[in-house]
Amino acid sequence: MITITPHPFNAAEALEAFQKEARGAGAIVTFTGLVRDTASDGDVTGLHLQAYSPMTERGVEKAIAEARKRWPVTALRIIHRTGDMAPFDPIVFVAAASAHRRAAFEAADFLMDYLKTEAVFWKKELTPTGGRWIEPRAEDYSDSARWSQTDTEKA
Amino acid sequence: MADILYFGRLSDVTGKDSEKLDIPAAITDTAALRRWLDEEKSADGAFLDKSVRLAINNEIVVDPHPVSRSDEIAFMPPVGGG
Repeated sequence: MITITPHPFNAAEALEAFQKEARGAGAIVTFTGLVRDTASDGDVTGLHLQAYSPMTERGVEKAIAEARKRWPVTALRIIHRTGDMAPFDPIVFVAAASAHRRAAFEAADFLMDYLKTEAVFWKKELTPTGGRWIEPRAEDYSDSARWSQTDTEKA
Repeated sequence: MADILYFGRLSDVTGKDSEKLDIPAAITDTAALRRWLDEEKSADGAFLDKSVRLAINNEIVVDPHPVSRSDEIAFMPPVGGG
């Protein structure tokens, strides 16, 4: 299930709800991404995030379907913020449940790499001197490429 | 009128997230639309940047793609969330 929302969410509550949904799973892995208060060149006062509905939702649904195909996960959950956030606010919550830990770890990792590099969002760091649009780093793209390399090796 | 959406850095270049525009009849494809808007907005090449993709009615297209004057057209710089 996915939620893309301009409203703040609570990651602890999201985990509690997911635990109920995933009842019977032997493993749950979650990741929460938070707004940083500093960047390489100074303070960050907030974060602004744009999405393009329904393209954004469509893409995330596809990534979830891909994760389900690759790993025996029993439940998946993604919450992603849009709009304006303050430092330390949660931006993203990913949860994966499976019978054993490896599938849950990998599915959550895969979904985060998708969200970082391919999901249809635009992210602006607000600083005391203005703002700056953040595009994926080379490292984000190489993290994401790991999943397609695995495919090639298997082929 | 066409609905034009500006995402990411293009919303700073234009000072808005979206607007309705009367696209001149002579502008019939995305490549011409990029050139026209770049000049209209004095955007100094921001609309011509190859890393900026276009979507028409919520589907990503490849230049030059036909545009109609009632389309929703989105300018999409490189994406990334999380």
